[in-house]
Amino acid sequence: METLFSVLVGILFAGSIYLLLSRKLVRILLGIAILGNAVNLLIFTAGRLTRGVPPIIPIKSYLPIEATANPLPQALVLTAIVISFSFLAFFLVLGYRAYQELGTDDLLDMRVAEPKEHSEPPLGY
Amino acid sequence: MAATKTTVDITAAMVTEAVPLADWLLVAPVLLTMTGGAISIIFRKKSAVQPWIAITTIALVILSNVGLLYRVLTNGVVTMVMGSWLPPFGIAFTADPLGALLALTASVATLCVAVFAMSSIAENERRYGFYPFLLMLLCGVTGAFLTGDIFNLYVWFEVLLISSFGMQILGNEKGQIDGAVKYAVLNLIATTLFLTATGLLYGLVGTLNMADIAGKLKAFDGSGPVLGLATLYFLAFAMKAAAFPVNFWLPASYHTPRLVVAAIFAGLLTKVGVYALLKVMLLLMPEGRDWLVSVIGIVAIATMLTGSLGALAQTDIRRLMAYLVIAGIGAMMAGIAVGNEVAVSGVIFYSMHSVLIMTALYLLVAFMFQMSGTFSLREIGGLYIRTPLGAGIGLILLLAVAGFPPFSGFWAKLLLVAGALEAGHGWVAAGILISGLFTTIAVGRLWIFAFLRGGNEHTVDGIQALPMAGCSDSADISWSIWLPLVVLTTLIFVIGVLPETIMSITDYGAKTLIDPSAYIGAVFGGIR
Repeated sequence: METLFSVLVGILFAGSIYLLLSRKLVRILLGIAILGNAVNLLIFTAGRLTRGVPPIIPIKSYLPIEATANPLPQALVLTAIVISFSFLAFFLVLGYRAYQELGTDDLLDMRVAEPKEHSEPPLGY
Repeated sequence: MAATKTTVDITAAMVTEAVPLADWLLVAPVLLTMTGGAISIIFRKKSAVQPWIAITTIALVILSNVGLLYRVLTNGVVTMVMGSWLPPFGIAFTADPLGALLALTASVATLCVAVFAMSSIAENERRYGFYPFLLMLLCGVTGAFLTGDIFNLYVWFEVLLISSFGMQILGNEKGQIDGAVKYAVLNLIATTLFLTATGLLYGLVGTLNMADIAGKLKAFDGSGPVLGLATLYFLAFAMKAAAFPVNFWLPASYHTPRLVVAAIFAGLLTKVGVYALLKVMLLLMPEGRDWLVSVIGIVAIATMLTGSLGALAQTDIRRLMAYLVIAGIGAMMAGIAVGNEVAVSGVIFYSMHSVLIMTALYLLVAFMFQMSGTFSLREIGGLYIRTPLGAGIGLILLLAVAGFPPFSGFWAKLLLVAGALEAGHGWVAAGILISGLFTTIAVGRLWIFAFLRGGNEHTVDGIQALPMAGCSDSADISWSIWLPLVVLTTLIFVIGVLPETIMSITDYGAKTLIDPSAYIGAVFGGIR
């Protein structure tokens, strides 16, 4: 099971890195969305996958009787999902505003902050 | 509830005694900044009250951080766990001398920025939340410096990141949005890489508590997974800190936001990356650092040279400062590459110095813009005649960033070079000195052009002030601009003249990082 999930994580990472290398902002944002999910799945897999065994301690016992699903990665993934989701929301707005203001979604044309014509620094007094 | 009648012995998993009052100092900075941020959002529309809420909060944070640093210096590493769960189960806040010193410095720099912003941030931008963002940024930064849990460190990274995004686009200009796209995307990718590494680390050792990780990773004895993780962490934090091959987001974005915002970014954000590198490379995975040592060394030297040569090549003063930030990051990475006690002490000293000096320099640029109305090295001039005090402050700050005595930068570089020579890393020492030379040329030229020269390019040295359109007179400069500049300059001077106190703290910090037994002991045995 872990092997299968690891392969899936690898595919997601590869896809997201491919998208991140693009010049178009929209593809980069999609890459970020996939990257967040790839990492979530990775944490989940790193915590080992156990099917159908909820981590509940029965009455009159101090410890779970059999090995249970690890609850910690689920807590971590939950935190990471919330964070990556809110960041993605911010990025979508930022990307849209960038398209509105700069009139392009091509990163090579986004040269307002760093103009193409670079003047030489003063060489003398 | 009948089943719970049998008494359970909870001492194996929980702290049963009350937490000593002084340990609350560990979480106080985070609680204070969060509360202050919330209150200043409530007073969103009362832009006259907001600065004072922020200033009061940050002043309280400074007091609490002074108390915390004192406690760390007298009692050693301090730990507090959330929800009374014993480590490694509960999320631990652990302050070592490194974290406590940086938290204190960061809060001082933030206070200076909060005061400076009173006159330089327009009223509508205050409504868009400058002060709440500033407080949440400080919350994230101090949280990162004080936490003892690596996943929690990631959460604080995200807290400071989202506040910095909000501050970056304050003003809603084209250049800001352009800069924000590059800044935001690359920083988020770096943080996600950090999370990836943390997920894999959890899969390897099954714990997230830093002290526990440091203990458990010893059993792996530098095998493949540890080295891979160390590389991944190095890439993630080098990206956050803007080290050479992954530094391009910094000069592309730091000149776009309001200069006060750039001041706090330059002061705090990259230093969080350096702090995380110190923690991971020295405390958690020393084997990984030993394995990566030549890579870190080459990256450090390349970063220093990119920074200082880049500074030489700029016409825009703001971009010149951005390259000086990068040069400083290179010097700190050089200390991590050397890795002996002297050099690590130098890294801690340098990061503290860098927080103060980079904040001060960006505030100085804002001041210079107000006096001259330009950022261009070709057009600026005549500031010495117009403001002799400003010229003096400028000279001190620029000499300090180049590493001249008797200012704080000198001692930091001295420790770094001494450490590098002691460990036989002559190249690293040479890199630090050569980069220092280039930096000196760049900042010397800046001072001569901006202050000494009478006016714009091809003017002779200023004897009398030329009238300049659209800029303030020295007398118009408000106290809220002078005060932070003077305070920061005084601090840099005092640290430079009396470095022994800081050096004893940084030496202690370096010892705790290199020999983690005190740190691990404090987390697992220090809970009373």
